[in-house]
Amino acid sequence: MISGLTVSERHLALFVLGALALTGLAMAVAGRGDPLAVHGYIVLVFSLGLGFVVLSALFDPEPPEERLSEYYDDPTRAGIILSLAWAVAGMFVGVWVAALLAWPELTFVDSAWASFGRLRPVHTSGVIFGFGGNALIATSFHVLQRTCRARLPGQFAPWFVLIGYNLFCLIAATGYLMGMTQSKEYAEPEWYADIWLVVVWVVYFLIYIRTLQRRKEPHIYVANWYYMAFILVVAVLHIVNNLAVPVSFGHAKSYSLFSGVQDAMTQWWYGHNAVAFFLTAGFLGMMYYYLPKRAERPIFSYRLSIISFWGITFMYMWAGAHHLHYTALPQWVQTLGMTFSIVLLVPSWASAGNALATLNGAWHKVRDDATLRFMMVAAVFYGLSTFEGSFMAIRAVNSLSHYTDWTVGHVHAGALGWVAMITFGSLYALVPWMWKQERMYSPKLIEVHFWLALAGTVVYVFAMWNSGIIQGLMWRTYNDSGTLAYSFIDSLVAMHPYYIARAFGGLLFLAGAVVCSFNVWMTIRMARRARAAEPAGDVPLYGKAGAAPAGE
Amino acid sequence: MATERHDPATGRATTGHEWNGIEELETPIPRVVVFFLTVTTLFAIGYWILMPAWPLGVSYTKGLLGIDQRDVVTRQVEDAAAARAAWTGRIAGASLQEIAADDTLMQHVRETGRTLFIDNCAACHGTRGTGGPGFPNLAAKAWLWGGEPETIAETIRIGINAANEETRISQMMAFGRDGILDDRQVRAVAAYVRSLSALPMGAADTAEVEAGREVFAANCVACHGEDGRGSTEAGAPDLTDAAWIYGSDAQSVFTSIYSGRQGHMPHWEGRLSPVDIKLLALYVGTLAEDGR
Repeated sequence: MISGLTVSERHLALFVLGALALTGLAMAVAGRGDPLAVHGYIVLVFSLGLGFVVLSALFDPEPPEERLSEYYDDPTRAGIILSLAWAVAGMFVGVWVAALLAWPELTFVDSAWASFGRLRPVHTSGVIFGFGGNALIATSFHVLQRTCRARLPGQFAPWFVLIGYNLFCLIAATGYLMGMTQSKEYAEPEWYADIWLVVVWVVYFLIYIRTLQRRKEPHIYVANWYYMAFILVVAVLHIVNNLAVPVSFGHAKSYSLFSGVQDAMTQWWYGHNAVAFFLTAGFLGMMYYYLPKRAERPIFSYRLSIISFWGITFMYMWAGAHHLHYTALPQWVQTLGMTFSIVLLVPSWASAGNALATLNGAWHKVRDDATLRFMMVAAVFYGLSTFEGSFMAIRAVNSLSHYTDWTVGHVHAGALGWVAMITFGSLYALVPWMWKQERMYSPKLIEVHFWLALAGTVVYVFAMWNSGIIQGLMWRTYNDSGTLAYSFIDSLVAMHPYYIARAFGGLLFLAGAVVCSFNVWMTIRMARRARAAEPAGDVPLYGKAGAAPAGE
Repeated sequence: MATERHDPATGRATTGHEWNGIEELETPIPRVVVFFLTVTTLFAIGYWILMPAWPLGVSYTKGLLGIDQRDVVTRQVEDAAAARAAWTGRIAGASLQEIAADDTLMQHVRETGRTLFIDNCAACHGTRGTGGPGFPNLAAKAWLWGGEPETIAETIRIGINAANEETRISQMMAFGRDGILDDRQVRAVAAYVRSLSALPMGAADTAEVEAGREVFAANCVACHGEDGRGSTEAGAPDLTDAAWIYGSDAQSVFTSIYSGRQGHMPHWEGRLSPVDIKLLALYVGTLAEDGR
């Protein structure tokens, strides 16, 4: 892969890795006796290791000019593998913490790192950022090039984004295990990791803009609107919510610029829009490409795409306040959060409907093809969880659902049913294209994965719905004396069977991810053994092989 | 624009563009979408008119209904307190004996006391008050400070070795560690103490019992009494009964004498209302009668 870089790109890579290694060294020195130093050493070893990889191919010949008339897919291939590795690791930790909730005495490792509080963000960040983020980066590079009919502008930048992003994920996860957190949900990593992510993200945005500029299509395809919204808004959210002052440049700890209810509102403006623009917009981009490709059907309605896109991007921005109903947050803010969440249901369902109606004329394929079925079920769960989300945003409903497992069930209906399903469906479509195979190693294993994933999601979500609603009702039940009928422990005891069911559902889902990784791995091995002919037409210039380089 | 194309499956026109094989249909926006967009938007506007909604610099639109969440919750709390006052007022006004004699009030004690107890006391004493190593079993009727409802209420109010100014104070001295007794004497008095409640012991310990009696008489009777039945004045446990807070095996008793003990019960004055403390004191009494 290094020999695919031009010689000057290899020099640039060495320079950047050298600068990164020096930064790591500086962190290690300045942060003596602080967890910051551990991260300094991790950065140092990480960049030195990669430096050796670059050095090993530094003097290889320049890559052939013909590459410029092809798409650049190496980062996508690496991203797919990284995504699946994070999926298995993140979901494994998920099952672990689910088991800890069902059987607290399972804390067999008597160390702080193995406690629930530290493992839980490893799970959430591992699956959202590790699995989801890598899948978004990998697929966005793929979709961007195909729908623009333009090769990525350079070869170094996409690698910088992919590897830099994974360094961020690594710093985040190891930081949690050392007990470092900003105590902001889904924004736990400390200031230096946040700054690094900004650098990575700006490069990501530039790649997108530059490729769009070079496009050979008159219009920008819908999927790219969504990917762009994802990149742009996540940057804004990330920067604002992470504004903080470090104790010193030698300390990992920082203090947020916001306090009190402003801090809570900023956090949930971020938190809900992370759901909106990371877990929704990005994956809608994925859906808008892989679903019609796989179904070989035109998008049901271009106009519906437009109002859905603008509806979603405009309305979501207001919705965060519904996380703070009945709190110190002024009621007028809660009103806006609730009402915009309700209107938001319409463009959300319009998106789900647009996806499902696109399958009209291809339902026989949904029946026969588990890959397409993954995407279809994802669209259904997208509809279900957006309905549930708008419903739970209503103050009266929220008074029952808030702080209960219903929230956890809702999140997982979205995360497992929508985000993971659309990702797995897209990866099953993408992997054979990327490794130039007719199909995946085993279509049967895709079928197995589909049913494991669906069963796991349903078990998980039903368990948490039951548990959450029971909890909510027990907390508000009064006896004849007019005092609370149940103690908190009573509600814990009532939740126990559902916690066991949840851990089991999660285990099924994890098993599915393992099956998927195996299938992908075997497909890659298949590709190495016998390289099939490259599918005709998968080049930037209308399939005219040997045409002029694509804009370089 | 490219030449007009139609999708053969639906007969609908496409937008004329194609991206890597993907086309889009010119399907008009379904009416149902427009309908629900209108309905939800009208609902939102209606809600904004009725409820606090939009910021106006330093203030905000208050809404026609004049509802404010703080007022609502204050009123609800007041209403609930007023509804409960029917019986909480009687609890506040009556003595513990009077309450204990009143079946209706005791019904309230059982209902409300249970949740109060589990939410506040169960962390140490267990959900059924049966305690555990280091924490007294409240269902065993082995009261350190007396089992009358008034004394129990007082213990809850001021705590034991707690931060309250009036707290009950009690300490079992570290006879071995502080050099008051040597190891042999500690072992002997441990054997004697265990013999008081006829705990099974080996021949070696049995031989020590007589020596232990003398040690006991010289060192322990001030608190535990000559007969070892303890004192509710000093919070000294009865050594002749079957209740053992720290364990009745030879090693545990030895450790208690050697290293001493100083239990801690937090004080609840200021954290629980006087009515809640009364409810708990009476509820704790019912733990034993349930026989659990």
